[in-house]
Amino acid sequence: MTDTNIDFSEAAAPLVEKLLAPALEIIARYPAGRERSALLPLLHLVQTQEGHVSPSGVAFCADVLGINKAQVGAVATFYTMYKRRPTGDYLVSVCTNTLCNMMGGQRVYDELSEHLGVGHDETTADGKITFEHAECLAACDYAPVVTVNYDFAIDEATPESAIALVEKLRNGERPAPSRGARLGSLKEMQHQLAGFSDERDGALADGPAGTPTLRGVTLAQQHGVAVANFNPDTPIAKTKPAREGGNTGNEVKK
Amino acid sequence: MTQPSSEVLQKLTPVLTKRWLSPDAYKIDVYQRLDGYAALRKALDVHPDDLIQLVKDSGLRGRGGAGFPTGLKWGFIPQGDGKPHYLVINADEGEPGTCKDLPLMTYDPHSLIEGAIIASYAIRANQAFIYIRGEAVHAARRLRAAVDEAYRKGFLGRNIMGSGFDLDLVVHSGAGAYICGEETALLDSLEGFRGQPRLRPPFPAIAGLYASPTVVNNVGTIASVPYIVLGGADWWKSMGTEKSSGPMIYSLSGRIANPGQYECGLGITLRELIELAGGMKPGHQLKFWTPGGSSTPLLTAEHIDTPMDFEGVAAAGSLLGTTAMQIFSDQDCPVYATWRWLEFYHHESCGKCTPCREGNYWMTRTYRRILSGEGTYQDLDTLMDTADNIFGRSFCGLGDGAATPVMSTLNYFRQDYLDYIEGRTAPRLSSKALVGAH
Repeated sequence: MTDTNIDFSEAAAPLVEKLLAPALEIIARYPAGRERSALLPLLHLVQTQEGHVSPSGVAFCADVLGINKAQVGAVATFYTMYKRRPTGDYLVSVCTNTLCNMMGGQRVYDELSEHLGVGHDETTADGKITFEHAECLAACDYAPVVTVNYDFAIDEATPESAIALVEKLRNGERPAPSRGARLGSLKEMQHQLAGFSDERDGALADGPAGTPTLRGVTLAQQHGVAVANFNPDTPIAKTKPAREGGNTGNEVKK
Repeated sequence: MTQPSSEVLQKLTPVLTKRWLSPDAYKIDVYQRLDGYAALRKALDVHPDDLIQLVKDSGLRGRGGAGFPTGLKWGFIPQGDGKPHYLVINADEGEPGTCKDLPLMTYDPHSLIEGAIIASYAIRANQAFIYIRGEAVHAARRLRAAVDEAYRKGFLGRNIMGSGFDLDLVVHSGAGAYICGEETALLDSLEGFRGQPRLRPPFPAIAGLYASPTVVNNVGTIASVPYIVLGGADWWKSMGTEKSSGPMIYSLSGRIANPGQYECGLGITLRELIELAGGMKPGHQLKFWTPGGSSTPLLTAEHIDTPMDFEGVAAAGSLLGTTAMQIFSDQDCPVYATWRWLEFYHHESCGKCTPCREGNYWMTRTYRRILSGEGTYQDLDTLMDTADNIFGRSFCGLGDGAATPVMSTLNYFRQDYLDYIEGRTAPRLSSKALVGAH
């Protein structure tokens, strides 16, 4: 889709200048005629500007995709990561699903909540931190876990380590997380969620994997255990020639 | 902490996890030095039908939970139908307890990309998508960079390695909805809608993404493909059991000395896995555990010698699921654990099917009442009845997943429920939690 001649509504207008170019880039990733597939990334994109999905954001997505606002609103309200109220600079999430919960996550959540003076899905008065409890964050071998802007910030968290972290964030520091890239702001993170690469220097490097991740493979290495008889040149039985005249794929015109 | 015996150590099968030991394997040059993209070169040299046959011969079954034979699924895609075909990789890892796909994508992203290219070639798809869980930001960061590298090296895009085969691969982040791990909900979400499951049939192989033939495979399934292409079907079958072949990454968490990821041949037992993990945490006795995430019926200490393959776990009355073993001890309360899972299912129910939407709401409130010390004997009958009315009565497995911990804990741990009702266990929740209870 290259037609930039979109008739934007008044509600969408404040976002057009900054977001139209990246929005068109996102839409171009999907097959022609399937532009609506871009809706989830576009909703992440509007959060780069406002930190939540505002009526302007809904209007922008609707206009750029040529669908109506109710269709956008229905999607935006379905997914947890689209926030419906303004958010802080950092989103601090504590896993309180069963495993983390019982390993101490509930205590971390309760004490951090008391320390910050806010509950689930609420933002501190200084606008720095939005707080939430999260469901399983897929790091149960590091339980309990706390994430900041979805990056794993503290493994095997305690109330003390969690409180120390939020105090650093409030003091303007950007501490290194336990795994992942150094923390940015929630709005910066939305840019990646919209499907753009993290262009920051060193964003990809974070050293070796954590001990729990490597436990099995490290044991195998220490004890010299390997799967026997691996021969990468093992032939594949061929019943017909590799290519029967040109492209093997069903041609899809883009 | 105990040391594992050499006999049990021999059950480790480092295949998919092997490159995790190389901190820079996420970079394409390092990946290529470690056998990377050798399988792609080999695969592009054979006819796609022969690749499908190879995967069938390997006995590879889906790693996302259902265990459907992968080669068979690929073979269902109608060929010569003139429609575009799609490969969609389910990277929406979120089943409670599961943490194997995120490290794979973070520490070895190219193995997934290489598998995706081979699978796309086999099913004759020119467009593939990786639908990655929104919260998995670091894995997505690495994956996107790896996709960019693969394009620059000519492994993606037009005329891949001179084969005439074209493929575009898009990494698409979700937005925080557990239900999108269900394959048809995932497809709806990828099309830009609320992630709600579709009624099947038609199956995705006939009418999947954009109503076109689509293969949806889990990360672990696709990442297995390059190894099968390199090592062959017989080598792959040297791991695991006759009907459940190959290695599997077992995610162990909870009350064990060394939680973590352990890749072993399918069919290993929990007893052996706990031995690999250094035993139980001191002072803890095994009480209950999930064989494959919280959506699989709980098992107890008496199931410790159950073979952890598709058949063995089914024979014990549960499911292999995602091989996510959350291990709980005598110091953990199965009633509280089940309540917390139910709050999760209640939150994540997409609302499409009445039994799941209303039943989970109802059950969370019944649990809150029991845990607040206000439960009655009748509550136990209500719970069993509600769970029974959810199970099998929803479009997708979320409802079944929610009902199973209720039914299995009522079955194995009825006494723990009675202890709350009869006042022997102190209430775990304050009566504040009762607001809104029936």
